[in-house]
Amino acid sequence: MSYFGDIYKGIKTLLTGMSVTGKVFLNNRSNSITQQYPDNRETLKMFDRFRGEVVMPHNDKNEHSCTGCQKCEIACPNGTIEIIWDRQIDPETGKKKKMIDQHIYHLGMCTMCGLCIEACPTDAILWAQNYENSVYDRSALTKVLNQPGSKLMPGVED
Amino acid sequence: MNITLSITTTIYEFLLEYMSEGAANIGAMITIALIYLAIFAVAGLYLVLLERKIAAWFQLRLGPNRVGPWGLLQTMADALKLVSKELTGTVKADKFLYNLAPYFVIVSSLMALAVFPFTKEFQAFDINIGIFFLIAISSIGVIGILLGGWASNNKFALIGAMRSGVQTISYELSVGLSLITMVLITGSLQLSEIVEIQKNGWLIVQGHIPAIIAFMIYMIAGTAETNRAPFDMVEAESELGAGFHTEYSGMKFAYFFLAEFINMFIIAAIATTVFFGGWLSPFGITESIPWLGVFWFMGKTLLIVFLMMWFRWTFPRLRVDQLLTLEWKYLLPLNLLNIVLMAIIVWLNLTIQL
Repeated sequence: MSYFGDIYKGIKTLLTGMSVTGKVFLNNRSNSITQQYPDNRETLKMFDRFRGEVVMPHNDKNEHSCTGCQKCEIACPNGTIEIIWDRQIDPETGKKKKMIDQHIYHLGMCTMCGLCIEACPTDAILWAQNYENSVYDRSALTKVLNQPGSKLMPGVED
Repeated sequence: MNITLSITTTIYEFLLEYMSEGAANIGAMITIALIYLAIFAVAGLYLVLLERKIAAWFQLRLGPNRVGPWGLLQTMADALKLVSKELTGTVKADKFLYNLAPYFVIVSSLMALAVFPFTKEFQAFDINIGIFFLIAISSIGVIGILLGGWASNNKFALIGAMRSGVQTISYELSVGLSLITMVLITGSLQLSEIVEIQKNGWLIVQGHIPAIIAFMIYMIAGTAETNRAPFDMVEAESELGAGFHTEYSGMKFAYFFLAEFINMFIIAAIATTVFFGGWLSPFGITESIPWLGVFWFMGKTLLIVFLMMWFRWTFPRLRVDQLLTLEWKYLLPLNLLNIVLMAIIVWLNLTIQL
């Protein structure tokens, strides 16, 4: 009879549901996901995919891998990235070459869409995992990503 | 330890030394009422805290932990905040009924507390129709909800109140019938006597199969009667704002809130008294120390309260038609069958007596 069958199935599914939540309740201590932020400021580390701000990593010889191709500037939907560049003579080959002067990033305008990082052919820019981005002055949000005096890492363009 | 547990007579005799018989009687009643009010207002607040903590643990959170150690003072702070808030209302509300409604709800839930035997003789009012009194009193609360919803002059409040009417009136049948199933074994409606009978084994053991069915039906219907999830269509936040108490603020809102939690405690306390032996300890291990019964009673009650909170954080909310299908097509016929089964078992002396 489906009447009693329904009751049996109903009770069975209810008990299944309760066992699932009961297990979560009992195992809560070890995997509570709450971060008590201001208290654990020193130890709190954001997960890898967190989008804090765009940074340009430099190696210890103050070299980055941005070729100045401007693909990120084109990909950016709201003009957050501005690249100031000019053609300079490469001291090694003696030829004229496009080089970046300043890679300007307006954090105040950035929507964290990540299109620039996807567009970058040389992985010159990446997401940083910092999260305390508030400042007292708006102009502090305009950042120059390449460090002064930095130059292109050799071998990136090959 | 020699503690006098029959509080009513103790206070009455104490007052009798100072005043006349009638005045002492009234004085004893008022004193006990005030003690109960104070204790259960605080207990209600801590039930709110318990609910929030348990909700957090079910959802992999931490819960309130800032106010006081482990957040123990959180709900106290909330209550203080609610007391200090302005009592607002709608312009076109029916002022008299609007103000009356919260008191109906809170008074009816506090009245029910009077008859519970917390331990041997520790009972404010040992009425000989205890179960009947409880069923009758717990139905009065719905009047407050209906009045509040109607008098607020707000469509959400009205819809919530009407749903509450549908729900409570339907599920009262199941609560009453499942308790009557157990009364068949005890042969008495007096709560202290029901507990005495359970010295030969708790009723859920004595009545075995039909008692377990009755307990399941009672828990479902009891959860529905307190308007808690998964039967919380009365105040379904995602549909109705806050349901019948949408227009209430400050202390009047707190009364509704407190009444909900005290009602939950009452439903659990009835289940403890009728199914799990009230203040009796398992196998009579602490029978010689009667005041320990309070802890056994509270422990069992809190376990059942935890069960209801477990329901709340597991099951999705029912639709109105599903709610009524569950009651009228499943619980009620099963309950009637169960009564017949229990009657046969009692008639043939098939109950288990330890």
